[in-house]
Amino acid sequence: MKARDTLILVAVVLVAWQLLYWAVGSIAFRSPAETVRSAAVLLADPRFMPHVRESMLAFAEAFAIAVLIGLSIGVTLGASRLASEVAEPILVALYSIPKVTLYPVILLVFGIGMPAKVAFGAIHGIVPISIFALNAIRNINPVYLRTGQVLRLSPWAAARKILIPAALPEIVTGIRAGFCLTLIGTLLGEMFGAQRGLGHLLMQAMTRHNMDSIMALTLLLVVFAATVNGLLLALDHRLHRRV
Amino acid sequence: MSPVGGDAPVHVTLRGITRVYPAQAAQPPVHALGPIDLDLRQGEFFAVVGPSGCGKSTLLDVIAGLAVASAGDARFEGQAIDGSVPDGIGVVFQEDSSFPWLTVHDNIAFGLRELGRPADVVQAKVKYALDFMGLADFAQAYPAQLSGGMRQRVCIARTLVLEPRLILLDEPFGALDQQTRLLMGDELLRLWRETGATILLITHALDEATMLADRVGVMSARPGRFLEIVTTGWPRERDSTIVADPRFGGLTSRIWTLLRGESLRALGHTGVRR
Amino acid sequence: MKRVTLLRILVILGAIGLLEGLIHAGIVPRFTIIPPSEMASALAAILASGKLKVDIAVTLTNVAVAIVASMAAGVTIGTVLQRAAALRRILDPLFATYYAIPMYAFYPLLIVVFGLGDVPQICIGFLLAVMAVIINTLNGLDRVPRVLLKAARMHRMSALRTALRIRLPYAAPYIFTGFKLAVAYSFIGVIGAEFITSSRGIGYEISFAYNNFDNRLMYGLILFVLALVLTVNMSLHAWEKRLMMRRQR
Ligand SMILES: Nc1ncnc2c1ncn2[C@@H]1O[C@H](COP(=O)(O)OP(=O)(O)OP(=O)(O)O)[C@@H](O)[C@H]1O
Ligand SMILES: [Mg+2]
Repeated sequence: MKARDTLILVAVVLVAWQLLYWAVGSIAFRSPAETVRSAAVLLADPRFMPHVRESMLAFAEAFAIAVLIGLSIGVTLGASRLASEVAEPILVALYSIPKVTLYPVILLVFGIGMPAKVAFGAIHGIVPISIFALNAIRNINPVYLRTGQVLRLSPWAAARKILIPAALPEIVTGIRAGFCLTLIGTLLGEMFGAQRGLGHLLMQAMTRHNMDSIMALTLLLVVFAATVNGLLLALDHRLHRRV
Repeated sequence: MSPVGGDAPVHVTLRGITRVYPAQAAQPPVHALGPIDLDLRQGEFFAVVGPSGCGKSTLLDVIAGLAVASAGDARFEGQAIDGSVPDGIGVVFQEDSSFPWLTVHDNIAFGLRELGRPADVVQAKVKYALDFMGLADFAQAYPAQLSGGMRQRVCIARTLVLEPRLILLDEPFGALDQQTRLLMGDELLRLWRETGATILLITHALDEATMLADRVGVMSARPGRFLEIVTTGWPRERDSTIVADPRFGGLTSRIWTLLRGESLRALGHTGVRR
Repeated sequence: MKRVTLLRILVILGAIGLLEGLIHAGIVPRFTIIPPSEMASALAAILASGKLKVDIAVTLTNVAVAIVASMAAGVTIGTVLQRAAALRRILDPLFATYYAIPMYAFYPLLIVVFGLGDVPQICIGFLLAVMAVIINTLNGLDRVPRVLLKAARMHRMSALRTALRIRLPYAAPYIFTGFKLAVAYSFIGVIGAEFITSSRGIGYEISFAYNNFDNRLMYGLILFVLALVLTVNMSLHAWEKRLMMRRQR
């Protein structure tokens, strides 16, 4: 049922894409078949893989940092009612700022290269992860915690048996949001201050008006993001069904 | 002597009314109600009691035209009820149905404004209803700021200002304490006498049914059918002091005797006791 | 003023003060970040000179267009989809992965399709914003209690009137959350797109200033964007709080 719906959706997207291609024309656009072909060429090119590795490495570092810092901020603030009330609107406001405008600052601090992209990716992910974690901890029904006290659980047991299971589904939702944004942030970082990576290739293709590369890279990025997000989403649903 | 004689015209007719909720994912069809045969006479106060889940709300939905009967014939003022709400029927639902985005005043005015009544008429009727329901001090409050019982009164007022000829009430006093319940019952009786409307009241409080109604329909466990319809024989002029009437205890215990076995059945104690 | 609000302002002022102090103490080098006080004077100078009036106007106009378009389209699409269960089920995976798609990757395509004017920037803002409105509209409409719809039928209301007078008012707080996000995403999308390639707008001027080592101009503009977005966001937050007060049980 679900698989069928996804297939229908993919078919609908492909048809729409093909129709758009017929409408826009081949000067500035590529058909699905042509795009898949250039993507295959790209994947077969031995010079391509180092860029992928570079991007994945930057992304993995950025994501790890985002999860670590995001969870620490969220859990610490969420544990205190006052702190979470003071901080939440600030975090939401931080979420809403166009982070690209901060990119020059990152470049000035870290210089062009790996650290800058990692930092830029991480700042995209930290905020949503901390917002979700904060709310997950804050919204735990106090009755659960009191039940833990009545059952005379040790603090460690209470955390393991009550706090974590109660907060985990929301935290995973936040990590999923953080995953998507960190990826976008890392790529954006590569588009400006980098000589390697998929974002850099995309920017290069844009300045050279290399339509084949633009379309192929976009396709690969979207497929990658959609696949990982789909997996995280499945986990997310599983956890949410329990509660 | 019952105030509604056999000579008052029939207002609502139900013949063989049955309702089966269709099967849903991994859930077999639910035979919720019926068959039900019932005549409500013009100006009658009819109460329905029955075990939880026996189909009382379903019955109300069918009479209101909010649900279509799977079988049978339902008529209001001679017209078939066919899945839309006929003009002249007012419903107070079991759940809180106050609109959280409107003030108490605007909630009560809602139906009148939908009908396009002139502003001064709306104003006068809403003011009367606010006073009548004891909500005058809360006209500008939002439902969220009221207690559950007050919200239910808002819903009652919102329905009553439309002056329906048939009023269907689904456990309207469920959220109220016993004392307020009795007083609201008195108000309902007063309103019933003044308007001459027909009332069908669903309740789980047996004494409330006995005190308020001309007739009490006692339903079986699901699928709900009428086991018996008990005639109280109260005069039209009555109020909550009727609980002191010598016949009151007898009527209430008669209803309870009928219901006891059914309620056990509804709890799953099938055939355990006679 | 409420204690929480006061504390919040103190936290923000404290953070600004800390940055100011760190720079004056030489712990953070001046060629990296200029002190917030200098950012403010730089911004004042920019606004007084009026030389970026056009860029600011262009950006704000494009953001406004993206906001309005995404709100209107989002609520309409959400309302229609809520009634079209089959279509919604098919589109569901798209909704779930939408924000995983690097939207800026479509920017070159948009330029090719719409040319180098304002439309590509508006499109990016719109594309980011519209889904937030759709998702929140659906979420709100899904929550309308069945008993309120029964009440609507009792009042013999048509489908359209039920949507306008019951469903949408009930969903309003959720839709408002969508609007709030739409405002944020429109800023992010438009300014981000200007930053990548464009010949005008605040985003473009920031990247231009960066490339020309004009730190005062750059930080003045960054401050402008931050102050603007934070003010808008906080005001919407306060407004939302006020609206929700009456509804909270
Ligand atoms: N929408 C529905 N779909 C399937 N089954 C339903 C639905 N609504 C009610 N039922 C079933 O029909 C039966 C009667 O429900 P109804 O709400 O009419 O009972 P009730 O007598 O009003 O109960 P209560 O006293 O608890 O209000 C119940 O067993 C219930 O499970
Ligand atoms: Mg019921």
